[in-house]
Amino acid sequence: MTREFEFERPIVELEKRLKDLQALSEDGQIDLSREIQAIADKIALMKAEIFKSLEPWQYAQIARHIDRPSTLDYLKILCGDSFVELHGDRLFGDDAAMVAGFGRIGPHAVAVIGHQKGHDTDENLFRNFGMPHPEGYRKAMRVMRLAERFKKPIVIFIDTPGAFPGIGAEERGQSEAIARNLADMSRLGVPILCFVIGEGGSGGALAVGIGDRVFMLEYSIYSVISAEGCAAILWKDASRAKDAARALRLRATDLLEFGIIDQILPEPVGGAHRDPAATAATIRATILEHLAALLPLSADELLARRYAKFRAMGRYKVQDDAEIPA
Amino acid sequence: MGWFDRFTGGRKPPDPSDLWKKCPKCSEILLQKDLERNLFLCGKCDHHLRMPVWDRIALLTDDNSFLEIDQEMESVDALGFVDSAPYPERLQKAIQATDSFEAVTCGEAHLEGLPILLAVMNFEFMGGSMGSVVGEKVTRLIERGLEKRHPVICVSASGGARMQEGIFSLMQMAKTSAAIARLNAAAVPYISILTDPTTGGVSASFASLGDVNIAEPDALIGFAGPRVIEQTIRQKLPDGFQKSEFLLQHGMVDMVVHRRHLKTTLGRLLHLWA
Ligand SMILES: [Zn+2]
Repeated sequence: MTREFEFERPIVELEKRLKDLQALSEDGQIDLSREIQAIADKIALMKAEIFKSLEPWQYAQIARHIDRPSTLDYLKILCGDSFVELHGDRLFGDDAAMVAGFGRIGPHAVAVIGHQKGHDTDENLFRNFGMPHPEGYRKAMRVMRLAERFKKPIVIFIDTPGAFPGIGAEERGQSEAIARNLADMSRLGVPILCFVIGEGGSGGALAVGIGDRVFMLEYSIYSVISAEGCAAILWKDASRAKDAARALRLRATDLLEFGIIDQILPEPVGGAHRDPAATAATIRATILEHLAALLPLSADELLARRYAKFRAMGRYKVQDDAEIPA
Repeated sequence: MGWFDRFTGGRKPPDPSDLWKKCPKCSEILLQKDLERNLFLCGKCDHHLRMPVWDRIALLTDDNSFLEIDQEMESVDALGFVDSAPYPERLQKAIQATDSFEAVTCGEAHLEGLPILLAVMNFEFMGGSMGSVVGEKVTRLIERGLEKRHPVICVSASGGARMQEGIFSLMQMAKTSAAIARLNAAAVPYISILTDPTTGGVSASFASLGDVNIAEPDALIGFAGPRVIEQTIRQKLPDGFQKSEFLLQHGMVDMVVHRRHLKTTLGRLLHLWA
């Protein structure tokens, strides 16, 4: 049973009534088909209405839903048995918060990288809630370099609250690990497709986010800091996270408007966890379409375009000139 | 009003509270004029206090060689960001308080006779936070270094990305790091000098990517701030955690250099590579 959100309660109640009526009509002689149809219509309408007018904070809740499909969930659907997971950064250890390997998606053999969260407490403790240490970023980079050597495109799933803030992470150079990925990914001579599937949490997300194309699922978020973190610093009150979520403009629609991402991928009504297979099908189609466009490009052309893409990000003005919408 | 009217170039007349500072290490009362004469080092315990941008430029460059570039670039409120105060108001306050338009000052200069490109961050300007302007100015400086094949030196002092510019701030990490990757590929030297404090998005981008990373003594340098770490792991951090010497010990910086020896150290390196 899928865990529901506060704002989904009215839907859940109607769904309960619908079930009761269906049970009644099955064992009774009364014909309830019209009532059942009416309630089913009402549910569909209500769902559409509720999910159309969600607040940014509610997007953040959906993006972090414990049942939301994770990297491995998508890989299972997209690559099936062809996925070979690789482990370790060859320097310190293996980070379960980041998965990496190779697999087949449609006709393409690809490298796949992604943050990995869990679906329950045990899994989340093992996966460190999807918050990598430096060895996670270094493992990702190692596998991306293999991809470059074997001329395989790279598909990346982004889903993290952020890079882990801890003693070991600092000792082993969290900053350097992230910075190095940003620099090195900008020079990898194979196509890179990035999908924000849940939480795009700050530098910990961007560290595997330098793609030729960057896509966001409809209810995913991507921001410079978490809404709670932002509220704690700027409002000095973590309970103002709703206000911070609004101010940060962290929804896919915001990022598309700002020119930071290339496209929004629609999700089933209610979110990706309501129908992971349908969401995976959308991702798959997007991968095939964009690899077809990128694979013919030379490495030099790819790098030039990738550099120009990120080079243009930023808004500022010079003297009293109009704002430069780069 | 053009930038020249608003930007006086020199130091503003001191107000009385500017006349002295307390050493954050030993609590000694230090007169501003003594600090200026003594490279902002504590006269009693030699602690490295934060150094104002123009003093830093004077410290590192040959006399009268610094020529500022992109001075007139200003931030905009792309998100319409309001927390307890609107972002444009915060910007205006910072501009007036610091006599500069942004948290980084960039220019061409000479260091021991060698042409260099220099960026110096200003922690007094909104915590040295990196928004679009800081990212753009640093990137332009690096690109100029690439074009002229002159070494690039960045002096960092920053709490990280500027929240008020949201995702645009985050993307400056990508932009600056990609520019450095081009410098690396072209074998043009890039030296990062990390001063107190360098954390967050600046630490996790251009400040950690030096061919050589040099830290000033006892500077706070790290990805996450100490408070965030303590809250996350629910334990006290050991003494000296995330300080320059800790980074040296863990292999993250090449050396910890006293402010008095910074310029000669840079000169020796750059002459070896020239
Ligand atoms: Zn002192």
